[in-house]
Amino acid sequence: MRTKIILALGAITLPFLLRNLHMIIFLVPDDLEQGPVYRIFYYHLPPYFVAAMGYFTAMVASILYLVKKDQKYDAIAVSATEIGLAFAAVNLITGMIWGRISWGIWWAWDARLTWALIGWLVYFGYLVLRRAIDDPTERAKISAVLSIFASASVAITYKAIEWWRTQHPGPVLSIRTGGGTLDPAMENMLYENTLALLLLGAIFLLVRLRQEEVQREIDGLRRFVHAGN
Amino acid sequence: MTMLRHAAVIATKDLRSELRTKESINSTLSFSVVILLLFAFAFDPSPDMIAEFGGGLLWIVFVFAGALIVNRSFARELPNDCIDVLVSSPASGASLFLGKALASFVLLAGVECICLPAFGILYNVTWWRSLGGLIGVLALGTWSMACVGTFFSALTVNLRLRELMLPMLMYPILIPSLLSAMMLTNTLLTGQPIPSDFTVWLRLLIGFNIIFTTLSVYLAETVLVR
Repeated sequence: MRTKIILALGAITLPFLLRNLHMIIFLVPDDLEQGPVYRIFYYHLPPYFVAAMGYFTAMVASILYLVKKDQKYDAIAVSATEIGLAFAAVNLITGMIWGRISWGIWWAWDARLTWALIGWLVYFGYLVLRRAIDDPTERAKISAVLSIFASASVAITYKAIEWWRTQHPGPVLSIRTGGGTLDPAMENMLYENTLALLLLGAIFLLVRLRQEEVQREIDGLRRFVHAGN
Repeated sequence: MTMLRHAAVIATKDLRSELRTKESINSTLSFSVVILLLFAFAFDPSPDMIAEFGGGLLWIVFVFAGALIVNRSFARELPNDCIDVLVSSPASGASLFLGKALASFVLLAGVECICLPAFGILYNVTWWRSLGGLIGVLALGTWSMACVGTFFSALTVNLRLRELMLPMLMYPILIPSLLSAMMLTNTLLTGQPIPSDFTVWLRLLIGFNIIFTTLSVYLAETVLVR
């Protein structure tokens, strides 16, 4: 059943992504001030949303693990964190490329940029911590607690932008600005690509989840064999 | 009330044990002074430079010292399986955590009380001009280190490479509080009161402490009971 869902999602997502790529390169108008370079923005902000969704899923799964003690939630948490990290890396890298062209520097110690990196490091620490613990139950418990700490840290990250001065471009979406800053065609494209990348993230999550379940089954069998000997 | 009483007993036990052995306080103190010296060699700072980054320098010293102190917080209970005895005692996980965090806080504050005058002498800084504010900021920043650090010490106590894991996990989480403490300390070292546009840093520091203290107390039982 899950394979069918993955294939169905893939059949929708692949043409959607290709169509978006075509529109982003050829059909969406240039930015008045930045020219064509702003197009990288369609692969900068949407991955951030997918990463945020991944982190959020990991936090919810971690809380559920602590409440229900079901290994399934730990598998969801680690899969969602890995996907969040991958998309956050895309967000950071595309942001750096844009910064190099627009600001003339790869990296600025801007609040939002710095915090995106800190968030990445916090969740990377989560993955490193998991590797250091052998016992599955202990690993799931400790990782769940760390994931909750990490999400609190990322929440402060989000709020920090409101408190700190920043050279990062301000909000552009009409739901934040009340409209007038972004061409509706550009904004719609942004939402469409966010949806496409969210679907891609969901496919990755399902595939990664299956890998994780198979891995756990193999580990269980290995322990069973060792116990038998 | 019982929780606080248990926490006080644990904190007293930890402090007494540390004062008898002096195993982390001595190494932490000498390590802190070495960092102060290394900074002087690396940057050869003028008074203007010190006014610019003195707060940051101090907090880097404190945070390195903090990692050493909180690392021992739960690790000192490993020999003879003392940690299992503590966990199975009537004290709850939350009071165990609070007691350990309090002990770490007092030890860190002790290190700071020695490092601050040493910093003043070595870098020629009259640091006591806004003493009240400075003590407040030091207390808030130190509590955030003691609280998050002790919690992560409990989290990593049974891990391979514990000494490496703790700072790797703790430092990124601590950045908002450290950043706030550095900004505020920088201003207070110049003898000025905290300007109105800097109250945001103070709010951030207080908010950080409230959020992470609540989380740590709430989750301590889960982490400690195996």
